[in-house]
This record gives sequence, C-alpha cells and structure tokens, in this order.
Amino acid sequence: MSVQIPPTERLRTDTIQINMGPHHPSTHGVFRMVLTLDGETVVDLEPRFGYLHRGIEKTAEERTYVQNVPFTDRLDYICGITNNWAYALALEKLAGIEVPERAEYIRVILGELTRVMNHMLAIGFLWNDLGATTFTPVVYAFRERERILDLIEMAAGSRMMPSYIRAGGVVADLPEEFMPRLQKLVPHLKRFIDEMDTMLTKNEIFRARAVGVGVLKAKDAINAGVSGPVLRASGVPYDIRKVDSYSIYDRFDFEVPVHTAGDVYARYLQRLAEARQSLRIIEQAMRDIPEGPVTSLPYKQLSRLKPPKGEAYGRIESPKGELGFYLVSDGSNKPYRFRIRSTSLLNLTLLREMCIGHKVADVVTILGSIDITLGDVDR
Amino acid sequence: MLTHEEILSRLRERFPEAVLDVPEGMIDFTIVIAPQAWHDVALFLRDELGYDFLTNVTAVDWPDRFEVVYHLYGVQAGHPLLTIKLPVTDKENPVVPSVVDVWRSADFQEREEYDLMGIRFEGHPNLKRIMMWEGYEGHPLRKDFQNRTYSYAELEPTRKATPDW
Amino acid sequence: MENVWTIENVWNAIGMALQNWLAGFLPAWLVTLIMDLLVIVVLLAIGIVAVLILSFLERKVAARAGDRYGPNRWGPYGVLQPFADAIKMLIKEDIVPHVADRFSFNLAPVIVTVGAVMTYAVLPFGRNMVAANLNIGILYFAAVGSLSIIGLLTAGWGSRNKYALISAFRSVAQLITYEVPLALCIICVVMLAGSLSTQDIVLAQQERGWFFLLMPGIFILYFLAASAEMIRCPFDLLEADSEIVAGHFIEYSGMKFALFFLAEYIHLFAGSAMMVTLFFGGWLGPWLPSWLWFLIKTFVVIFVFMWIRNTFPRIRIDQVLKIGWKVMVPAGLVGLAITGFVDKLIADTLIAGVVLFVCNIALIVGVSYFMGRAQRQKEMAAEGAALR
Repeated sequence: MSVQIPPTERLRTDTIQINMGPHHPSTHGVFRMVLTLDGETVVDLEPRFGYLHRGIEKTAEERTYVQNVPFTDRLDYICGITNNWAYALALEKLAGIEVPERAEYIRVILGELTRVMNHMLAIGFLWNDLGATTFTPVVYAFRERERILDLIEMAAGSRMMPSYIRAGGVVADLPEEFMPRLQKLVPHLKRFIDEMDTMLTKNEIFRARAVGVGVLKAKDAINAGVSGPVLRASGVPYDIRKVDSYSIYDRFDFEVPVHTAGDVYARYLQRLAEARQSLRIIEQAMRDIPEGPVTSLPYKQLSRLKPPKGEAYGRIESPKGELGFYLVSDGSNKPYRFRIRSTSLLNLTLLREMCIGHKVADVVTILGSIDITLGDVDR
Repeated sequence: MLTHEEILSRLRERFPEAVLDVPEGMIDFTIVIAPQAWHDVALFLRDELGYDFLTNVTAVDWPDRFEVVYHLYGVQAGHPLLTIKLPVTDKENPVVPSVVDVWRSADFQEREEYDLMGIRFEGHPNLKRIMMWEGYEGHPLRKDFQNRTYSYAELEPTRKATPDW
Repeated sequence: MENVWTIENVWNAIGMALQNWLAGFLPAWLVTLIMDLLVIVVLLAIGIVAVLILSFLERKVAARAGDRYGPNRWGPYGVLQPFADAIKMLIKEDIVPHVADRFSFNLAPVIVTVGAVMTYAVLPFGRNMVAANLNIGILYFAAVGSLSIIGLLTAGWGSRNKYALISAFRSVAQLITYEVPLALCIICVVMLAGSLSTQDIVLAQQERGWFFLLMPGIFILYFLAASAEMIRCPFDLLEADSEIVAGHFIEYSGMKFALFFLAEYIHLFAGSAMMVTLFFGGWLGPWLPSWLWFLIKTFVVIFVFMWIRNTFPRIRIDQVLKIGWKVMVPAGLVGLAITGFVDKLIADTLIAGVVLFVCNIALIVGVSYFMGRAQRQKEMAAEGAALR
C-alpha cells in the first residue's frame, strides 16, 4: 500500500508531522505514534514504545518463581488471569508439574470469563475511538465487566491483579457462593452480548466507518506474528486452544469463528463471536467441574521450587492473542531468563502498513480494533 | 506435520554446515544453527518447510556466549513448536543476521533484543532502541549490567530545543 | 400594543410598564436606548441561563444513557453543578502557549461567542416576543450563525497546535459545505411561508400546518445540516476528542475555554429554536402560553440532539464532505424544485400539502435507497478481502 500524492503544479503542499501520544485520549495508554500527514491522509506512521517500560524481564531474574506471579498480572492488566495462566503453563512445562482436574476447570472458567470481559471492553473502547463521545458503549461494557470482576475477586481476593493461577493449580478453591452466581451470570452475559449485537452491529455510521478500513491480509498477518482475534478476523482459523489443546480444551465443544474481511468491522464481529463461544465453554465447564484438590503444589513447595536445568516455551491463547513465556532455568530458584512473548507488541507490527492511506480518524479506529494494552507492549 | 528427523534430515541435506548441534533432553525440540547460515536457513524453513509464524525472538546471556533463540510455528501447515538457537561466542560485539525480511514479526523483537541485550542484527532496516531512550548507555538484560541511580537530568529524554514550525 | 396582564404576554407587559414609567421622566431617545440595552441584557441572560441548563442537561442525559447517575453532589439532583463548573472555569489559570499568536488566540473566543449570541435577536420566543422582528430575519440568522467559522479558524490558527490546525481546516470544510443544504432547506420553508421574517414563518404555519408535516424530507435534510452547523454528533469532527483531542480549543483554558463552551451551547439552543420556528410551528400551541410552548418544543429538539450524541459514533471527514456535496446538496436542490413547483402549480393548500408530503417521502426513500445500496456494495466487496 502506498499513497499516490498527485503532482502539484500550482499549489505547493507540504506534509505535517504530528505526534499522537503519549498523552492522547485514544492511544489506550502511553503509546506514541509519529504521524506524517498529507492534509488528513496518513502518509507515514512510526510507532514509538517504551513509555511504560518497567523492566519486568530483568526484575524477574532477581525473584523466585512464585514471586514473579504478581508481575504477570501487570502485563495486560485487563486480563490478569490469562497472564498468570501463561506463566503457570510455562513453569509447569519447565518443572514437569501436574495439575489437578478441578484446577484445570477453574482455570478454564476464569480464563474464559476474562476473555468475555476483554472482548466487551475492546468493543466498547473501539466505539470510544470511533467517537461515541459520551462513552455510552464502554460504560455498559464496564458495568458488565464489574460483575465478572466480582467473581474473580470472589475466587482470588483481588479484582484486577488476581495472581490466582500458579504452577500446579490455583491458589485456593472456589468459595461456595461462586457457582450459583456464575450460573446466574452466564445467561445474563449472553443477553448482554446479544444486546450489544443488536445495538451496535447494524449501525450505519459504524459500518461506514469500519468496513474496509485497516485491512490486514492473511499472509501478512501470519508473517508479522499477529495472533488472536486480529489474525482470525483476517481469515486464518488459528486458535491455540484448538491447535495445542493445552489444559483441557480438547474436552469442550466450541468453534473457532473466522471472518474473512480483515478490517475493523470483521475484528469487531470476531470479538463478538468469540465472546459467545467463550460463554459456551464456561457453560460446559460449569456442568462438568469435578470435586477434588485444586493444587498439586502447596505454597511451601512452590516457594522453594527449583526446576531442573533447562528451558521451556509455554503459550496460551490469551484474549488478545498468543501470550507466551520463555523460561530458562539454571537449576536455582530464580529464572535465569524470563522472556515474555507479548501479544500486543507483535500485533502492532503491521500498524504502519494498515494505517497508511487512511485518514487520521481511522488511525485511532485501527488501533482500537487491534486492542492493545500498553502494559503488555512495553512490559 | 513433520517429524523431528525429517526436519533435521532436510536441513542437513540442504545446509550440511549449518546444523551445529541438536541438544538432547530438551523439553522443546531444539536445533542449534550456525549464525552465519541463519538467514538462508530461515528462508528455507519458511518457504520449504512451512514454518511461517515466528512467534518469539529472544536472547540469553550465558557466561561464555549469547544465545539468540527463535520460536517457530507453522500456522498454515500446523507445525508444532520448533526452537532455533544461534550461539554467539563473541561477547564483546555480538552480531547475528536479521530475519526481518523473512518474518516481519522479528522487527520489533530484534530491536528489543538489540536494545536490552545488545545484540546487533545485521540487515535490520531500523535498528534503534525501542524500550530505552535514545542515548541510553548499556544493555539492561545483560547479566553484567550494573544498575545505578539516575539523576533527573539524565532521565530527561535527549531532545533538541523546541523547533520553530 | 395594549398593556394587558395575562400569562400569555406577561413579558411584553412588564416591558411596556417599564417603558411607560421611564417615559415619565426621561427623553424619548434615552428611553429607546435603555429599552434596547435592556433587551440585549435579557437576551444575554437567557443565553447564559440556557447554557447552564443545557450543560447540566447534557451531563444528565449522557449519564442516563450510560446507566449512570451523572452529577448529583451539588444541590438536589445535582442542579447546582453548572454553577460549580462555572466557578471552576472562572478561577482557573489562563494559559497562553508561548508560541501562540496572542492576538488571534485571544480574539477567537470573543468572535465565536458574539456570533452565537447575535443569533438570539431574531428568535421568536413567543407571540410578539422577538427582539428584532427583521423582515430578513432568517437570512440574518444564517449569516450571523456562520460568523463562528471565522472564530474557529482564528482559534485553530492562533493556537499554533497541529491538532487545532487540523480542526480549523475541518471547520472551514465542514461548515461551508453544510451552509449550502441548510440554506436550500431554509429557502423551501421561506417559499411556503412567503416571508423571511421569523414571526411570519410561524404565522404561516398556523394557516398551513407545521412544515415538518408538510416537508418531512426537507426537515431531515435541515436536521442533518443543522447538526453539522452546530457541530453536534455525528458531525462533531471539529472537536473530535478521540482523534484530534479537542480540536480548536485544545490550547484554551479557564475563561476562554468557557467562552467556547458557552458559544457551543448557545448555538445548540439557537439552532434548535430555529428548527422549532421553521418546522414545528414555533410558539404555536393550545392552552399554554406561547413562550412556554416555544421553550418546550426547543428542549424536546435539544433532547433529540443529545440523544443522538449519546448513541452514535462520529463520521469521518471525507464521508462528511461526501455526504454534504454528493447527497445533501442534490437532495436539497430536488427538494427546492419540488417545493417550488408544488407551491406555484397547486393553488389549494390542502392538496398542495398532500402532494408535497408524498414527494418528500419519495425523496427520503430514494436517497436512503441509493446510500444504502452504495454501502451494501462496499460491504460485499470487503468480504474476503483478507484472503485475496
């Protein structure tokens, strides 16, 4: 994609460079884009990162394995549960830890709730970026998110930074009131997603703004390491839950929705469809969850965990895409190398190519449809 | 889906010199590749073996060497994880070929490793610091990195005086 | 005008009484001057009170739309919130960027506000209640209303901020584009009413029925063009906070920002009031006094604007201009032709009204069909684009 600037014979025009961010309402955090504009059209875009760089990878090398769990909460702070899960998965692979049945089910339930929550928020914020000036969709998304966070708080004791899933299982069993509330919440969320669908999907302005904007070709997307809903909205049915069938995902009956347009609208529809599938998984998990222990590794053993020398890469399908942890152990109780394969950073790779040729207003829309969290981009 | 032996035999057949080692007892199947052959091997892996998804690029600072690690998947072919390692023995000036033109996903990650680990990726079109600010000294993820307290003046990003637009 | 004390003309009666009292001991020219100044003060007061009410209403409506409470700390139901806002604005530091063009930076809010307030002169607030019953009232309204373009451009240029500059470009492009369909719609109304005076337009609707019923198509065009002129959603590109942060007033703070805010809501009130005058029979209505009818209708229209703002996303600038030039101007011209022919060819007002209504419905259906078809074609083309 390139922009044809027509030869100007009489009128001498010039491009302007504009700094979008780090303090901009639509960059979803402290993200900065250096835009070169020809009038309203984007000629060039350069993403700049690092405003939220906290050096988690370095800090983690000085902490024991269990002490690193809270750091993972703070990567993609919208979905702490799945971050914990990815880390736990990598560590279990590295140290060869088994996970009890009930813990797997709890992980699936909370992980899928997180996915629903993230997708609702992503849609809400996408509308914000489209210019729903008074935050109406995002406020509704927040309202429903609060109900999910209540459940996570019930299980983990903390709303956004749960640190709940650790190697060997989960920290504590679900409280008694959890299941009845979840049973009430799931139909409610289904209704809410249907409501979102009826309210937003057919909106003509939304379609005029979103259809055909920021098209990402399937080949480019794979090549650029794009994953998650963004990849699947480009027509690639690649879902790590199906491909790796990690945890117990092979037991559930769910589909991998795919959209082939690859534009902002397709990503929106993709999230809506995935949220529905997640609720389907939760319903099945709710039905099948067995009784039993929730961890194979009590805290005393976990805190003294010394994985054998070696290295492992574990990845899960986080709501935003592939979230991986690469852990290298030198036999001590601290990781020798703690690498986070960030979802948002990789999904941003093609931002420039997607934005060039579109208008300024589309830049924020495309960014919103990619759905990044700066905590995950900069780490 | 290719078996490990198939991958190895096809690699060895095509690049007899490139495969340095296949370490035993690894959790993930790992191949150690000679850095100088890496770009050609990468093209071969992508085009002929179908490893089209470079998910992770990272580096590990061992006492005697750097190890640049690549995690590959085949999305369209459905290949499971393949780990590629490049040992870089030159600790003073570590250089490996860039694979941005093979897998675009290497773009930001190579910049990140350059920034934080100090490994130069030859042929990267835009090898600049990504997380730390320009003008920052040192590479924080190296094991010999000495952390220290910074004064406010040092933390001010290096920038020119306000341009007159 | 006789001096009768009823609720209907209580304001006029107060005015007359005051004038009579003043005439007792002051020369005639001084009485006229004082009375004129008084009208101006009253209009300004109405303007500011309207803004206070509207800013409160805007927040409450937005809050209810988003399932929230909205301001509820100051006074019952938070009704004192606008005063708290006003005090906050007044005591805030006035920051001028050191690279700004100080003269135009300071001038801009004044131009915008004055342009907005001046439109109040021709608003018929009730029977015999118009500050200046100009025989070119509607023309004056359109002319003065577009004065704010200059203010916005000045603000965008003077701020020396690139976002503000983009907003200034947009303001010129958008507002000038939408002047044209707006004027076309006004001409349709004027043709039916046979007068440019706002009072006469209202009276004409007493005879022929509300123009909104006669010309729904023209009304929709006017509604869209007016929301673009008032910079209301979905045409609020000039102050698109998600793209260009706040547009032309990005650099303004304190009282200058408050002036922009004031101008925006005065525009909203004046635009809605003019829409009521042109299409909803102005102050016409049974039982209640005319000025109350006028206010009720105006606030209903304002509520619709707020409702839209809380429901819809924003259109992109190229789409705004495309709709303006490719859809609204042709549709307005067609509407103008229809109105003209019907008005001249059919003498009977009832039959003319029916014909006009049918033609307008056909106009709406036709325009929406073609716009919808274009969008569907675009969507069909987008399907599968990622795999190609």
